Amino acid sequence: MKRLINFTPSRIWRIGLALLPFAAIILLYISASDARLAENAADKLLPSFSQMGDAIQRLAFEPSKRSGDYLFWQDTVSSLRRLGLGMLIAASLGMFFGLMTGALPVLNASFAPLLTVVSLVPPMALLPVLFIVFGLGEVSKVALIAIGVTPFIARDIQKRTLEIPREQLVKAQTLGANSGQIILRVLIPQLMPRLIDAVRLSLGSAWLFLIAAEAIASTDGLGYRVFLVRRYLSMDVILPYVAWVTVLAFTIDYLLAQLSRFAFPWHAQQEGKS
Amino acid sequence: MIEIKNIWKRYGDNVILENISATVKEGEFITLVGASGCGKSTFLKMLLGTETPSQGSILLDGKPIPSEPDANRGVVFQQYSVFPHLSVLENVVIARVFEKTRLGFLWGGAKRAARQEAAELLNIVGLSHMQHSFPDELSGGMRQRLAIAQALILKPRILLLDEPFGALDPGIRADMHELVLDLWRKHKLTVFMVTHDLKEGFHLGTRLWVFDKRRVDAQAPNAYGAGITYDLPVGACEQELLDEIDQSLAVKSQVEHV
Repeated sequence: MKRLINFTPSRIWRIGLALLPFAAIILLYISASDARLAENAADKLLPSFSQMGDAIQRLAFEPSKRSGDYLFWQDTVSSLRRLGLGMLIAASLGMFFGLMTGALPVLNASFAPLLTVVSLVPPMALLPVLFIVFGLGEVSKVALIAIGVTPFIARDIQKRTLEIPREQLVKAQTLGANSGQIILRVLIPQLMPRLIDAVRLSLGSAWLFLIAAEAIASTDGLGYRVFLVRRYLSMDVILPYVAWVTVLAFTIDYLLAQLSRFAFPWHAQQEGKS
Repeated sequence: MIEIKNIWKRYGDNVILENISATVKEGEFITLVGASGCGKSTFLKMLLGTETPSQGSILLDGKPIPSEPDANRGVVFQQYSVFPHLSVLENVVIARVFEKTRLGFLWGGAKRAARQEAAELLNIVGLSHMQHSFPDELSGGMRQRLAIAQALILKPRILLLDEPFGALDPGIRADMHELVLDLWRKHKLTVFMVTHDLKEGFHLGTRLWVFDKRRVDAQAPNAYGAGITYDLPVGACEQELLDEIDQSLAVKSQVEHV
């Protein structure tokens, strides 16, 4: 018998073992839900899978009686649009500020302390300000995501820029490069995969900001829907929605990881080495 | 070509280099040896322009040497000399791109010409079969070959090598020596090479500089800096003298490592 720290399961076992906890959780849920429903058929706390299926069937595949929209898809599209727009702005601004403060010592001296202070402001506390300034429309929700995520990305990119070995910058200069060329050909290409990493890491907080903003003031969106139906204790809607958000978050993360692998093959090699 | 006039380097109270003067003619191959931490790399950085002397001056063709790296002075470091995000071929092409464009992107015929030129240079250093790989797929020796090819495409007048083969196996090191000597003769370069391996200094190049402290204060080891204690024409001096230097340096570096 090998020592436990040397015992690595084979591929098939690995998949099986990975699925095991998921299966256990689902089984546990089903038995708990069945037990509660057996006692009281009108129980709302732990709906059965068929009840959840009905709820989603109603929201996703039948037009709403009031507006004629397919609510589930409308919520998804609105939320993803806000998230995508917010992250796009955050990634662009974060890259710009991070790169500039990382690459140019003059800008680092004047803006890096400001960046540190700004990144410590709790974005949620700014939400009322955003609602007052931008109104209750789309702008304030997108702005919350952008404001919440930009400082994180900027600081991360700044750190990554400073991590690029000095030797490379000296080498580029001995090849006659000026500052602009070094930024465009040496720094930015090496920072792109790091930007994708930073975006992946900050997506969690971006979802948080999105759902919080939608919960407070919105007329559609995934966060809006779960907070709306909470009033009717509609766990049969809330639980599938939470699962759906998780699936979306997982898919976005997976796609970004794949993009990084295909677009920057050298980065994967570096990661593998270190 | 290069005139070094009474240069000193201090960091606060620590004197690294004291009162170094020398004249170097075009086409010389100078090997700098010395115990680790004696300031030979600092000296090389002053030639490169990333460090400036605290006192004294270095003149290139009678004018102060620019205090910023430029295309006249190529460099190969022990590591991190190549760009990890560019293929082997692009790593060499990029030098021409920097030279010919403002923003760093080359198109059409000019791009093909630069790629052609880079491919020929890679052939000379023996990397033509790896053109499309990334540096992280190369062995240490191949990476240094690439760094040399990259440093030479713009035909710098001075080539600075900072322990370029320190991390390589002895067999590969011998191959690299051949390559460097070959390129030095062909391109009529002026080469400065820092090494901690005295043997390398004995048979590479035309001139050997030994960096060491001329005086030592046991109570304040940093009060005096290193100077050039030997300046020898390689090949024209006796084996015994070299052995003697080897001995003294070996003793010193042992003492320092304890």
